[in-house]
Amino acid sequence: MLEKLFDYLEFPFVRYAIIVGVLIALCSSLLGVTLVLKRFSFIGDGLSHVAFGAIAIASVFNLTSKMILVLPITVLSAVLLLRTGQNTKIKGDAAIAMISVTSLAFGYLLMNIFSTSANMSGDVCSTLFGSTSILTLQTYEVNLCIVLSIAVLFVFVFFYNKIFSVTFDENFAKATGTNVELYNLIIAVIIAAIIVLAMNLVGSLLISALVIFPALSAMRIFKSFKTVVIFSAILSVFCAICGMIISILCGTPVGSTIVAADALAFFICCLIGGNKR
Amino acid sequence: MEMELIICKNAALGYEKKPIIENLSFTVCEGNYLYIVGENGSGKSTLVKSLLGLNPLISGEIKWCGDIKPTQIGYLPQQTVVQKDFPASVWEIVLSGCLSKSGLRPFYNKAEKETAQKNIERLGIADLSDKCYRDLSGGQQQRVLLARALCAADKLLLLDEPVTGLDPVATADMYALINTLNKNGITIIMISHDTEAAVKYASHILHIADEVFFGTKEDYLKSRQGKIFLNTKGDE
Repeated sequence: MLEKLFDYLEFPFVRYAIIVGVLIALCSSLLGVTLVLKRFSFIGDGLSHVAFGAIAIASVFNLTSKMILVLPITVLSAVLLLRTGQNTKIKGDAAIAMISVTSLAFGYLLMNIFSTSANMSGDVCSTLFGSTSILTLQTYEVNLCIVLSIAVLFVFVFFYNKIFSVTFDENFAKATGTNVELYNLIIAVIIAAIIVLAMNLVGSLLISALVIFPALSAMRIFKSFKTVVIFSAILSVFCAICGMIISILCGTPVGSTIVAADALAFFICCLIGGNKR
Repeated sequence: MEMELIICKNAALGYEKKPIIENLSFTVCEGNYLYIVGENGSGKSTLVKSLLGLNPLISGEIKWCGDIKPTQIGYLPQQTVVQKDFPASVWEIVLSGCLSKSGLRPFYNKAEKETAQKNIERLGIADLSDKCYRDLSGGQQQRVLLARALCAADKLLLLDEPVTGLDPVATADMYALINTLNKNGITIIMISHDTEAAVKYASHILHIADEVFFGTKEDYLKSRQGKIFLNTKGDE
């Protein structure tokens, strides 16, 4: 078993996949806590569908680097969605649902009409479930992922106290002169960046799991914001590594295996947390 | 002569140029205990937002005197749904009251941590410091938020219905605590439905209705509005 694993690790694409997987798991879990607490769990889902639509557009135009188009579109949608959170005619959850199904439908429609590849349904499937794309990463994609992850980590640590305050009590933060809109914007941009990154790993349908499961698991057991954030990051990375190793050894799809590991971890945390109370 | 902190002159408040309250004038002096009372929808929350500088006035002015700025109010907002099951320790929440002092600095410094510790002890919640906010009782949660408000400002507190949802014992406890803070020189502005408490603790009362009353508690008890409001409450 172990020998087989080390054999696989000889290949650079496997090592790339594990590096990228760990970084994505780390970043997505950090902001997951904020999103779950702000009642924005579904934003990951909505945004990933937007990213799917954007990828479809990028394929139609035959862009070599899809990121150039996908990242700005997703960031823009994230800003719009978080903005509409408070007082608009279409409430936050409805807005997310609307945008996500619309972009899913248009994305598939575009891919269908302008399809250039022979294996259309295979393309769609791998975009939705990220089945193999993590193993076909180019060097520049790995580098981009590393740079973006470091940026996300840096921003999160630097604004940690602000993010906490804005998450816990927006009204108080606003009243004491904190620029709440700015920090919400920062949160939105980071989320969008993470989602675009995570598309490679688990595909657009399963991203929410990566964002919310570690946070929910940590919230079962731990009692302070800092410990919840730290534990969810550790748990997320652990589950991602386990999921990837299992998928390499057993030939299962990477994304679904990681999410299955996250779900299992959540139930274990539920049991531990339940006994404590 | 007491030092004036806030002077509100002929202010009209509301949203999108639609006034909810008009011709509002009142003054808050250092050491006052001002109750703002009124029916639901009379514009109390709008007034709070305007005092905090979050909602621009339609006309008139609210003047801040001395060295106090709108961002230096210790604000105790109404609890939100999000907070009810928030995984954060008491220490983290109280410390977050120092956020505006820390500016762009990513971490809190020693002085800010000392401020937080001082206020935790002042409100008698030192033994809860490591506890999780969601595991506390309603009264304890309000003490935590009050400690946080004191970290943001130690001269003026603005409390938005601080006893909502508390049981009678916790309510009495909260009132006593706020009263002690006031006796120690902190100016209090309290939004409330509770006229009984208003009459008991307030130094001044601002009654927002079609006809606005502002004055000392003694004058309020003699006024026509005061009598009507107190009597209707008594009948319930």
